[in-house]
Amino acid sequence: MSQGFADLQDLYQEVILDHGRHPRNFGRLAPPARHSRGDNPMCGDRVEVWLCLDDEGRISECAFEGRGCMISIASASLMTEVVRGKSVREARALSDSFRRLARTGTCPVCGEVHEEDLDRLRPLSGVSGYPSRVKCATLAWHALEAAIAGEPSAKIG
Amino acid sequence: MSQAAAAAVAPAFDVLAIRREFPILAETVRGRPLIYLDSAASAQKPRAVIEAMVQAMERQYANVHRGLHWMSERTTEAFETARDAVARLLNAPSRDEVVFTKNATEAINLVAHAFGRGVMDPAKAVLISAMEHHANIVPWQMLRDDRGVDLRVCPITDEGELDWEAFEQHLAGGRVGLVAITHMSNVLGTVTPAERIARAAHAAGALVLFDGSQAAVHRRVDVQEIGADFYVFTGHKLYGPTGIGVLWARSALLERMPPFLGGGDMISSVSFERSSWARIPHKFEAGTPPILEAIGLAAAIAWVERIGFEAIEAHERALTDHALARLSNVAGVRIFGRAQDRGGVVSFMLDRAHAHDVATLLDRQGIAVRAGHHCAEPLMRVLGVESTARASFAVYTTRAEIDALAEALERVRRFFS
Repeated sequence: MSQGFADLQDLYQEVILDHGRHPRNFGRLAPPARHSRGDNPMCGDRVEVWLCLDDEGRISECAFEGRGCMISIASASLMTEVVRGKSVREARALSDSFRRLARTGTCPVCGEVHEEDLDRLRPLSGVSGYPSRVKCATLAWHALEAAIAGEPSAKIG
Repeated sequence: MSQAAAAAVAPAFDVLAIRREFPILAETVRGRPLIYLDSAASAQKPRAVIEAMVQAMERQYANVHRGLHWMSERTTEAFETARDAVARLLNAPSRDEVVFTKNATEAINLVAHAFGRGVMDPAKAVLISAMEHHANIVPWQMLRDDRGVDLRVCPITDEGELDWEAFEQHLAGGRVGLVAITHMSNVLGTVTPAERIARAAHAAGALVLFDGSQAAVHRRVDVQEIGADFYVFTGHKLYGPTGIGVLWARSALLERMPPFLGGGDMISSVSFERSSWARIPHKFEAGTPPILEAIGLAAAIAWVERIGFEAIEAHERALTDHALARLSNVAGVRIFGRAQDRGGVVSFMLDRAHAHDVATLLDRQGIAVRAGHHCAEPLMRVLGVESTARASFAVYTTRAEIDALAEALERVRRFFS
């Protein structure tokens, strides 16, 4: 048995360990910020997301609070950074691409749109090799989409 | 045969020989030998069970209780023999008290419907404990919401044992109609004092249901000695197949209870105007039953009886002691549950690492543990955690596997530090 976890670098890359241990934008935003919550019924993990839209309908601020594994916290933390400045439509498209990246490990549209953002998120694509962990990575994104849609909670299947 | 004579002829407990009877244990995971420490979720199957089910499909299969032909008669015989095996396993006074269900969850739902809605006085309360599986919480909540029955929860102590003082206080008012409680916690490993619980409940005018999903795997259960009124367990944790569970209940209760599901096999006659019910236990077995699963369960029971519960219990006790000692020595490991009487499940956390991360890192080393709330979310809240990792042991678990777990946890800790 190997002594280290060299083979785990695909899942726990340095950026994930960093954001998992030191999440960015951790906290709440005051009303009228939109707010939603994602629960993962499998493990009891929960992520709450807040976001503010500016006059042009762009996300001016995004924050989260939650409890969860390294993957779910890191994903939420990275998300709050990359969605800032995005229009609602762009954020949804990015979320869509990311969820596909997490599920399949590949992203057909990468290189065409949000290239820089998806490059930042790519370390999370390691979860595609662990089907039971995909929901950890996508939990915050489901909550983000629900918050955009004005729904109080995201339905995670 | 006397116990001494049985001991004299019983083969010595040889865990490596037992392991060879489980084909799956020869598999590798991620290039490493499988270390399966998740038997409390579902146990692996010995060749005897696999072959019994294959044989039934290849040699003597038809529907039961209906065909007037050779295949149906043989299959009916094999299916009904499984009922005898369960009655023997539980030392039930009568084979007619053994009802086959889909799993333990369905067995509890059957009681919640047929007894809870059909027999129990709605002015009485149901008393559960704080360490129940969702299967022994949700059906009673549904009964409460449906009939206004009071649902009470008896707390547990810091050690993870039933808070006996609180338990007696709940019973004292004479308001409790049914105590529904685990015989062994799937999270804490705590084995509850079943006989004492039944005595106290009966003295207070209450009946008792035991969820034996975990307990029936690890020790001999005697429903008469316990004084149980209802006892449920599931096949797949007892080295048998999925899709079959058991409700045992005293015949006087089963006779009074209305049916749970309606359909074929549970009737004595049907017209468009009305139907009359079959005798027990068939009254509670609507539709084609889990035939192959019952045959597999019978093989599993025979297999467990061949190994012997004394040997199984001694082996698992030694493993659990070893695991508690080894894991306590891993810095940062916190173990949940310190009950005096406990079975082979150990729930733990590692520093502040999330259970899912721990489980994934263990999986990468070929070690299967469970991580999450273990279908006991309210208990997680009592323990003040969101989730735990859990290692659980079976008759085929070895000391070396537990050592491997402890060593792997050391590496996980270094990884996250």
